Amino acid sequence: MDNEILRMENITKIYPNGVMANKEVNLFVNAGEIHALMGENGAGKSTLMKILFGIEQKDSGKIYFEGKEINTQNAAQTIQLGIGMVHQHFMLVESLRVYENVILGIEPKKGLFTDKESAIQLVKDMAQKYNLNVDPMARVCDISVGVKQKVEILKVLVRGAKLLILDEPTAVLTPQETKELFEQLLLLKQNGHTIIFISHKIKEVRQICDNITVLRGGKYVGTMPVENSTEEEISRFMVGRDVVLKVNKKPAQFGEVLLQLQNVSYTNQENKKMLNNVSFELKRGQILGVAGVEGNGQNELAECIFGFYKNVQGKILLNNEDILQKSINAIRNLGVSYIPEDRIKTGVAKDVTIWENLVSDRIDSKELKQKGLLNHKKIIEMAKSLIKDFAILCKNEQQLAGMLSGGNMQKVVVAREFSSNPELLIANQPTRGIDVGANEFIWKKIVEQRDAGKGILLISADLNEVMELSDSIVVMCDGEVAAYFENSKDITEYDLGLYMLGIKKQTEQERKGA
Amino acid sequence: MINVIFSTDFFFTTIRVMTPILFAALACMIFTKGGIDSIGTEGIMLTCALAAPLGSYITKSAILGVIIAMIIGALLSCLFGYVTISLKSEPVLAGIALNTLASGLTIFVIYYATGEKGSTQSLNSPTVANVQIPLLKEIPILGDIFSGHSVLTYLGILITILLAFLIYKTPTGLRIRSVGENPEAAKSVGISILKYKYISLILAGALCGLGGAYMSMSYVSFFSKEMIAGRGFIGMAAESMGRGTPWGVMLSALLFGAADSLAIRLQLLQLPAQLIQTIPYVITIVAIAIYSYSRSKQKKG
Repeated sequence: MDNEILRMENITKIYPNGVMANKEVNLFVNAGEIHALMGENGAGKSTLMKILFGIEQKDSGKIYFEGKEINTQNAAQTIQLGIGMVHQHFMLVESLRVYENVILGIEPKKGLFTDKESAIQLVKDMAQKYNLNVDPMARVCDISVGVKQKVEILKVLVRGAKLLILDEPTAVLTPQETKELFEQLLLLKQNGHTIIFISHKIKEVRQICDNITVLRGGKYVGTMPVENSTEEEISRFMVGRDVVLKVNKKPAQFGEVLLQLQNVSYTNQENKKMLNNVSFELKRGQILGVAGVEGNGQNELAECIFGFYKNVQGKILLNNEDILQKSINAIRNLGVSYIPEDRIKTGVAKDVTIWENLVSDRIDSKELKQKGLLNHKKIIEMAKSLIKDFAILCKNEQQLAGMLSGGNMQKVVVAREFSSNPELLIANQPTRGIDVGANEFIWKKIVEQRDAGKGILLISADLNEVMELSDSIVVMCDGEVAAYFENSKDITEYDLGLYMLGIKKQTEQERKGA
Repeated sequence: MINVIFSTDFFFTTIRVMTPILFAALACMIFTKGGIDSIGTEGIMLTCALAAPLGSYITKSAILGVIIAMIIGALLSCLFGYVTISLKSEPVLAGIALNTLASGLTIFVIYYATGEKGSTQSLNSPTVANVQIPLLKEIPILGDIFSGHSVLTYLGILITILLAFLIYKTPTGLRIRSVGENPEAAKSVGISILKYKYISLILAGALCGLGGAYMSMSYVSFFSKEMIAGRGFIGMAAESMGRGTPWGVMLSALLFGAADSLAIRLQLLQLPAQLIQTIPYVITIVAIAIYSYSRSKQKKG
């Protein structure tokens, strides 16, 4: 095409740990369009943009910008070419004023000093031209998330960017702020700027974008014009799975209700509603999978149940006892176990031995003590048998947990959480980033727990995991329950995608009747 | 008693004893702005306090002595920076190592240079002069308080003003602050983090050098062991209490100077000397407690 501004051809990127983040990916962007780059988490969108921006280096492939091949080594060089990026996590210095953040690195000078007046004027002019209402003198720490994003966009514009990359810009915004952002983006387009809009929200993309490029699993799926596509089509492109693992399990035997959520709502510190009126039930002997695109409230859901937050509305009943105001310790003592999303941050203490990690949740129990002191012999015995039962590959129980591979580290967490004999097990991304063997093992253990009559809440961004392992499925979208399926075999991955991406939503009757 | 304490002498002494704390606090301010731990200030100052009289003895010039102290300060500061930034060692440990090294090394060097273990008194090295300010010295009271200080004291006040301009009015200052607070943000707009970290290190190190030189070339005319006596740490406190602004830092340094000066004056009264000498340190603790309390309240509110 003659008005093509960016052409990324056959980009391949393999990280040193062997992960192929991009495999022969193409991205062709026309000048003056808003081009959506879509895909699930881990589809390779961020890697592709990092390569374009010069933060990561590609292993093969070619990039052309305005007809010339480019090969930038760092962000500064890319900015000079006229490519700017608004990062998902803002790159702002909190204690500085808005105008200082905008001119950082390109300060206008008057003699030895910064030319403050013309800097402020520059910011004001730009802000007016693109209708980005910001007060140049405000301190960044005092302004809202939406305004911070405007400052980021200004920063990019002031540097003369012709091509703007916005990395999931709406993820942190309220609906009103999103609306405002879209107006500003359309204004930018009118002024001749080109925008790459990274998102997995189909509705938003259809609202403002011209063309869509979809990636899946690091590979290029295709590019299509928005006007010729339906939401269903896009969804089918985005959501798909390669069945790598199957699980053998007997038909589920549901028992009595174990966990009940009634109208649970939670607003986070940035005043964003992360959970909105969430209600569902989990029975004994049931694996309830929570499906959803990451960041739609699944993590908050797990942390609410496990007692991380204070300002949660609604009711969370465990065996008909409200556990909402209880401490994490009290909730654990009632028989709840938790495999956290991030094993390195929350799951294990890296600089501590395996046996210490294994007993960390039950260190107060009388069984492990003798005359008020720890019964070392008993603890080591217990640790040794857990290492054996859970096939943790290590030298011995004295090894530091941080020395283990990801899969074995996760097994330490799983061993601790399963062996405390819980009634309810919350497994948040239990197999993320671990090898197939460990994955299979953990699945087997989860099924064992189910067959022993425990309730399992399985939160996973991995569609394959949710569909294979779960007996029933809850779909979360935008902090709400979008759908519930009592029998996970009743739904195809394609339909699941429609609910995950907010294209379809069950009514309350449908959810109850299912 | 009030008369004994609040005389022109008291205020004169306050400015005199404030000077090294001011330099220390300014150094800590630059360290902190650049996002570098300022815990090594004490040791760098101590080493510079020795480097100054040795340098002036060898070169027979007070000015060169001061400059040598500043260079030694900048080098030590960069060493600290290299160890903590490039080699990524724990700043607190590196700082303790630096401070311990300084107290041992200085004693070793004076013994090597003079044959004595306590001080460099025998060198009779050149010192920095005190100056009377024309016109100002004619004014009653004010003249007695503000005139007749060391050149370095006036330099310190001048540097405070210059640093205020540097930090808040120049691109370099803006970049130092951004690198110190959010290196990722600075990097994302193409600013070299290392460059501005080392600019901060050199500036702060040179300020430590001035503080050290003041102690051994103006405050007294020779180096004696452990003569910084916690002023580097008090400087850290003054920086924190002054909220990292040049004026705040100067006022805090003045407060600590007044406390020191008070201790000196009270020695004229019949009070136990040991008790009185604790005053500056007690005031440091009280001041930090009040400051932290007010800040934590502010954060909640």
